[in-house]
Amino acid sequence: MSAVAPSAPPRRGRTFAAALRRGLAHGKLWTGGLVIGFIGAIALLSLVWTPLPPAKLQIVQKLKPPLAQGLLGTDHLGRDVASMLMVGAWNSLSIAVLAVVMGALAGTLLGVAVAARRGWFEAIMMRANDVIFAVPPILSAMMLGALLGTGRPTAIIAIAVFMVPVFARVTASAALQVWSRDYVQAARGAGKGGIRITIDHVLPNIANQIIVQATIQLGLAILTEAGLSFLGLGMAPPAPTWGRMLADAQTYLGRAPWLAILPGLAIALTVLGFNMLGDGLRDLLDPRERGR
Amino acid sequence: MTGLLLRRIASLVLTLLAVSALIFLVMDVLPGDPAAIMLGTSATPETLEALRRELGLDQPLVLRYLSWLAGVATGDLGMSYTYGVPVAGLIAERLVVTLPLAFLAILLSVAIAIPLGVASAARRNSVVDTAVGFLSQMFIAVPGFWVGLLLVLVFSVSFGWVPSGGFPGWQAGVLPALGALVLPAIALALPQAGVLTRVTRSAVIEVMNEDFVRTARAKGLPRRKALWRHAVPNALVPVVTILGLQFTFLIAGAVLVENVFNLPGLGRLALQALSQRDIIVMQDVVLFFAALVIVMNFLVDLSYLALDPRLRGRT
Repeated sequence: MSAVAPSAPPRRGRTFAAALRRGLAHGKLWTGGLVIGFIGAIALLSLVWTPLPPAKLQIVQKLKPPLAQGLLGTDHLGRDVASMLMVGAWNSLSIAVLAVVMGALAGTLLGVAVAARRGWFEAIMMRANDVIFAVPPILSAMMLGALLGTGRPTAIIAIAVFMVPVFARVTASAALQVWSRDYVQAARGAGKGGIRITIDHVLPNIANQIIVQATIQLGLAILTEAGLSFLGLGMAPPAPTWGRMLADAQTYLGRAPWLAILPGLAIALTVLGFNMLGDGLRDLLDPRERGR
Repeated sequence: MTGLLLRRIASLVLTLLAVSALIFLVMDVLPGDPAAIMLGTSATPETLEALRRELGLDQPLVLRYLSWLAGVATGDLGMSYTYGVPVAGLIAERLVVTLPLAFLAILLSVAIAIPLGVASAARRNSVVDTAVGFLSQMFIAVPGFWVGLLLVLVFSVSFGWVPSGGFPGWQAGVLPALGALVLPAIALALPQAGVLTRVTRSAVIEVMNEDFVRTARAKGLPRRKALWRHAVPNALVPVVTILGLQFTFLIAGAVLVENVFNLPGLGRLALQALSQRDIIVMQDVVLFFAALVIVMNFLVDLSYLALDPRLRGRT
């Protein structure tokens, strides 16, 4: 980490590479932002308008390929695939955003507390993180689903709980770096309390890293939600979700391959969008992580 | 060295205890009476009471946890309610599918990621680098189970080369069994490979920029040799770290991929247990998976000692 030293004279190669990377970062940022903006707009649009009601059955028109019936064809019950994908976007995004916000809040709180307290508190909390991280959302959703029933709240909780250790770890290590700086130690010496220091110095300094992490975790949350609903652990039918559309498509792979292709593309595009946005934001906001 | 090892083992045992307590507590504290869930609508007060006694639900919490733990420690995981056989046997039966699948997927992901990552790092900012960067972004963004669906679509439905799923069992021979695992392993490996490629690339670049490599290059060591003799071995430490951290995602992916390919693995067992409300089986499988993740990370911790001699001196 000698690159942080301001005394290092800028070298030609490095500045050129840096310029290239900055350009690339902006490219990623814009592409990711556009993709997510597009998907988000579709999700919002689905709240007020879809080509057809997504639950409308037209058995006569079942398994029609794209453009033969509606823009993207129909599924095994004759439902309009384009409309289902639109509502699916809303369902996926809303679950992912809620879960990540909840996980980020809890994890950040835990992380800054660990950095402020250290000692046995840190040891116990970090061990607890390992324990939670060992149970992936699919498994916790099964446990919760068995007892509480599956559905949107169960999916959100299962994903959010898994996010907590991720944010706790990122926040704690970033916050510890802030705590080690001279001016924070000076503030401490001057009698400033842990909570005040956290609010005045730690949080403003680590906010960027949390935002970057949250963006990347959104991609993971989308993937997880898709997996949960693929297994029937997500939102209850008839609400259309990308995951369940894929599960339904399995039976008709030979006759209607578009049913298996389109929702997967939607998932991949959304995750890609969040990942590019996150990468771009990191390169822009967090110089220490640049080039990783 | 032994002190370090003992401390690591103690921490492993503590973590395992904590995860078992967590799973037990979650299943217990949440509303929902396992006996009622298992019996469903056919429950009468008498059968409910009988099942509660059979499951030991009339005992206090701590006693139940301890007896479950003692059972787990001695390999007695309880009886499956729906199958009427010991859960340990069920898990062992399914493990011979899930473990080889996971192992194959790890192998594949490393076999894809290391060459791609090294090639990308060796020609930084070149066309190769950009292409690999794009490819790994794709791998990460694409859900593994969807890759599985597409593989079935291409290789089973369109070409008819392989059966679309199922598992012939190891008694049918090693080759047919492995053959049934290849497509699922690819589906499972690609997202991992995407992550590992990026880690390999940045790790190799970091080592190549270090002073000792610069010195070696200044003394006339060819770039190629510096790459393979210095950069790649040193880059293995972060790669192995991520491999360990990713194991939890591998498990989650396996549950999904088993479902796509109809493989009789642990993930399917857990799902079946969920739909049949066989709580004991589910609890045991979740514990088993979590323990697997924790032990895996423990092994990764140990492998640092083998990979990085500097750590051996530390306590």
